[in-house]
Amino acid sequence: MNVSQEAFRAGILDPDRPAPTGLCNPDGAQATKRFDVYRNNVAVSLSDALEAAFPVIRKLVGDQFFRAMAGVYLRKHPPKSPLMMFYGEAMPQFLRRFAPAQSLPYLPDIAKLELAMRRAYHAADAQTLDPQVLGALAPDALLASRLKLAPAAQVLKSEFPIHAIYLANTAPDAPKPVMQPECVLITRAGFDPQIHLIDAAAAKCVDALIDGSPLADTLADETLDLGATLALLLGQSAVIDIY
Amino acid sequence: MFDQYHDAPLPALPGVGYKPQHYADIIKDPDPVGWLEIHAENYMGDGGRPIAQLRHLAERFPISVHGVGLSIGSEGDLDPDHLSRLKHLVDWLNPASFSEHLAWSTHDSHFLNDLLPLPYTEATLAKVASHISQVQDTLGRQMLLENPSSYLAFAESTYSEPDFLREIVKRTGCGLLLDVNNVFVSATNLKTSPQAYIDAFPVDAVGEIHLGGHDEDEDETGAPLLIDSHGKAVVDPVWALLDYTLVRTGPKPLLIEWDNDVPEWGMLADEATRAARALSGIPA
Repeated sequence: MNVSQEAFRAGILDPDRPAPTGLCNPDGAQATKRFDVYRNNVAVSLSDALEAAFPVIRKLVGDQFFRAMAGVYLRKHPPKSPLMMFYGEAMPQFLRRFAPAQSLPYLPDIAKLELAMRRAYHAADAQTLDPQVLGALAPDALLASRLKLAPAAQVLKSEFPIHAIYLANTAPDAPKPVMQPECVLITRAGFDPQIHLIDAAAAKCVDALIDGSPLADTLADETLDLGATLALLLGQSAVIDIY
Repeated sequence: MFDQYHDAPLPALPGVGYKPQHYADIIKDPDPVGWLEIHAENYMGDGGRPIAQLRHLAERFPISVHGVGLSIGSEGDLDPDHLSRLKHLVDWLNPASFSEHLAWSTHDSHFLNDLLPLPYTEATLAKVASHISQVQDTLGRQMLLENPSSYLAFAESTYSEPDFLREIVKRTGCGLLLDVNNVFVSATNLKTSPQAYIDAFPVDAVGEIHLGGHDEDEDETGAPLLIDSHGKAVVDPVWALLDYTLVRTGPKPLLIEWDNDVPEWGMLADEATRAARALSGIPA
C-alpha cells in the first residue's frame, strides 16, 4: 500500500482520521501512536510560531484560550510558506469570525498591529535622509515634493485604543486603556520597531505620503499639524528620500 | 561533480546552532566553538537585526546554512520562490556549507513545519535525486543531505536508508550530513542496530556530523519511542555512537543542535567541549 503525501497531510491536520494505511510499527502492525508523533510535532511547532508572533493577543486571552484558538487556526490556515517569521497573516480575519473571541472586538486590530510590528522588524534596512536636506528647501519646493518613507514605516487606524492596549500589555506601569479610536505609526530607527500614537489627521497624512502624494496635498486637512508629523518621521529615521 | 566554490570548507571542529540569545557570549568568547550553523529560513527577511547579526558573525566564523523548509522529499515540484530566496541568501553570505534534509514538509502549497518521512523506493529516489540536482544547479555548489529521524516504517520501501543515500550520492554528487542522534533515534524506534547503520553508511560522502538531544516515550505496545526534540543534552549512548562513527569517518565538522528549551551559553559550550574531545580521539 503506497502512502501519498496528500493522505499523510490530511491525516496530520485531522486528528479524527486514522493514520494512513501502509505506515508501520517495527513489527509490521499499522502505526497509530507513531503517526501521532508527526501530528503532535506539526501542531506544537505551528502553535509555538503563533505564540511567538502574537504575544499581546496571548496575554489578552490567556495561555489556555490561546492554545485552543491556535489549534483551530493552524488547521484552518496551515502556513503557505516556509517563512515561519510571517506565519499568522490571516489572524485578523480569523479572529473577526472566531465565535469565542467576539467579546473582545479589538482583537483583530491588535493582531494587525502585531503583524505590522513583525513586518517592521524584518523590513529592509534603509539609509535615512539627512533632515538638513529638507531644511534647505524653499517652502514652495518642499511642498511640491514627495517623501519616500522607510520600508518599516506603517500606519494603522482603529476604532479601538490599539496603542493603549498594546502598551498596557508590553510596558510596565502603562495607563489603563480608555475606549476610543486610536491611530498608530510604526517606525524602526535601529533594529527595534517603535509604536507611536498619532492623531487621525497625521495618520491620513502619512498614508498619503506612503502612497506618493506631494506634501502640499496633505495640507487640505486643516486639523493636520504637518510640522509635528514631519518632525516625528524625521526624528524616527523614517524618511529615506525626497523627490 | 561540484567544486566547493566557497573560500574554505567547514573546519573539523565543534560548531553550534546559532541562537540570537547567545550573540553577546559568542562574540566575547566562542571557545571551543569553531563555526556556526543557521537555519536558512530565519534569515530570509529583508533586513533588520537578524541579517545584521548574521553579517557580523560571518566576518568571524565559518557559517553553515541549514535549510529546514525546502521539502526536497516532495512528490511535487520544489517551490521556485523558496529556491530563489535560498539562492539570494547563499549568494550574499557565501557560506562554508549548505545542507538540507531527506524529508518533505510542503504538499500542495501547505507547509507543515516538520520534517516528514518518505518511503525509499525507485520512484522517490528519482524524485529526490532530481530535486537535489536542481538545488545544486541553482546554487552552483554541492549540498549535503541529512539522514532523518524515523518514528515509523513504510511498507512500500524497497531500499534501506544507507543504500538509498548511497544511490543519491552516486546520482547527484551531493555530500551527506550524518546525524548520529537521528541514527540512534531511528534504530531504537525501528528496532535495528545503530552500529550496523553506521557500518552500511557511505562514509566517504560525509561532510558534517550532527549531534542533538532527544526525548523518550513509548508506543502503544510499550516499545521505546524516541523523539528527536533537540531540547536537551546529548545522551551517553549517542556520544558512544559518535565515537564509533568517528573511527570510520575521521574528524569532521561536528554540530551540537539545541533548538528548544535553549540553555545558557555555558552549557552549550560544555557540550561543544565534549565534542572537541571526541574529535581529538578521546572517547566522549
